[in-house]
Amino acid sequence: MLETRHLSRSVGQRLLVNDISMQVATGEILAVVGPSGAGKSSFLRLLNRLDEPTAGLVLLKATDYRSIAPQELRRRIGMVMQTAFLFPGTISANIAFGPRQRGEIMAPTQIATLLERVGLSGFADRDVGNLSGGEAQRVALARTLANAPEVLLLDEPTSALDEASVRGVEELVLGIVQERRMACVIVTHNREQAVRLADRTMIMEAGRLVAIGATREVLHAD
Amino acid sequence: MLTELEGGIGNDVLMGLAQAVGAIVLCAAVVALCRWHAVRVEREAAVSMARGLVQMVLVGMVLAVLLHGSLLIGTLILLMMTIAAAFTAARRLQQMEGALLLCFWAIAAGAGTVIAAMLATRSLRADIAILVPVGSMIIANAMNACAQAAERFRAEILAHVGQIEAGLTLGAEPAATVVPYFQSAVYASLLPRLDMLKSLGLVWIPGVMAGMMVSGASPVYAAIYQFVVVAMILAASGITGLVATILIRSRVFTSAAQLAFRPNETSTSRAALRQAHPVQ
Repeated sequence: MLETRHLSRSVGQRLLVNDISMQVATGEILAVVGPSGAGKSSFLRLLNRLDEPTAGLVLLKATDYRSIAPQELRRRIGMVMQTAFLFPGTISANIAFGPRQRGEIMAPTQIATLLERVGLSGFADRDVGNLSGGEAQRVALARTLANAPEVLLLDEPTSALDEASVRGVEELVLGIVQERRMACVIVTHNREQAVRLADRTMIMEAGRLVAIGATREVLHAD
Repeated sequence: MLTELEGGIGNDVLMGLAQAVGAIVLCAAVVALCRWHAVRVEREAAVSMARGLVQMVLVGMVLAVLLHGSLLIGTLILLMMTIAAAFTAARRLQQMEGALLLCFWAIAAGAGTVIAAMLATRSLRADIAILVPVGSMIIANAMNACAQAAERFRAEILAHVGQIEAGLTLGAEPAATVVPYFQSAVYASLLPRLDMLKSLGLVWIPGVMAGMMVSGASPVYAAIYQFVVVAMILAASGITGLVATILIRSRVFTSAAQLAFRPNETSTSRAALRQAHPVQ
């Protein structure tokens, strides 16, 4: 589904992502773990083309992603950031944002179904200013899912949440990836979270991929 | 020509210089008061006053020589003023490549359109003695509008990188992700001019009106003409603010719809990115 070949990005003299090749299949969750500054988030941003690779390729269903219009690419490769960054207004307006960019109007029932799936039934008309961190992150996930992406990128989606909220979001991600048969790449600094969620794990250090394989094997060997 | 210059220097000039000394003494007292409250503006105030006085004396001398010049000379003077204004406004966009040209086009669009409209409707005579002072007021205000729009838009973008990129990740067009910051920047550039128009006659009577009355024009006509000038200043500021913000917006995203204007990106990396992916 999603593949990188010798993917690199440098800023000035600094090599943020260095020669990374990997694949993620449909229905699979790949965790990216590593210490702070290892280049995990920089790698994820390249997958969404929020930043431009300075070398290498990203292939979506075997197509070089540079041949896909950025707006269409980002609809197909959805990304949830570490902070929810909800837009001012109601939750339903946030969820309808993506489809509206393509001129599609989401029916209230579609929004309600999506909110129900992320455990926020009846929240449609609430203002985003009154949400807890966990609720905001669920809205951000629902907002991304409204675009019906084929790949889901998650950048430390639970790093700012309490333990109960973390488990709730994790269960939600597991369920949704299975239901929708998406490929998922999750960046996390939490190895236990990688064990709970990911089929495979890749370890990054100083921008390089140092290990990739079945989660328990890779983390145990490390 | 020399006679015209000599005609401009006389007792009134000496009196003007004496008045300037008085104004400088008062400003120096204020600067000393600021220093008393630990606000250090001595150097900047001294440089500003010296520059202001020298520049205005030079302008006076040039005008004395050119007072009877042609429309072409007046246009050239206004063009030089626009270039100088672009240099000043571009200082607010030091991190952005091509800021000088961007500011020039924005100020030229605003001030140029309005001055041309005033000439076409005969609100402004093609007489260098009127064209240059009124034109300079319009250019100066367009410069401020350009700087204010640029400063606000830049600050809003840097403060909302997360929201803008969240919009991009959802497939939005770059322009759609900065709509609120675009509106805020254009409004910020207009606000001082709107306040100026509101307070016209109540809080201040501008120089053009005072000058017209001194030279014998009807006070009512002078007042109406002053309104026309201030309204044209608002129009020039609006056009300049809009053009400046549109031009900046086109430069903060790459052709791959990536935000190229981020606080943690070095100018080197932005230049490399721009080289690989020219702006839209």
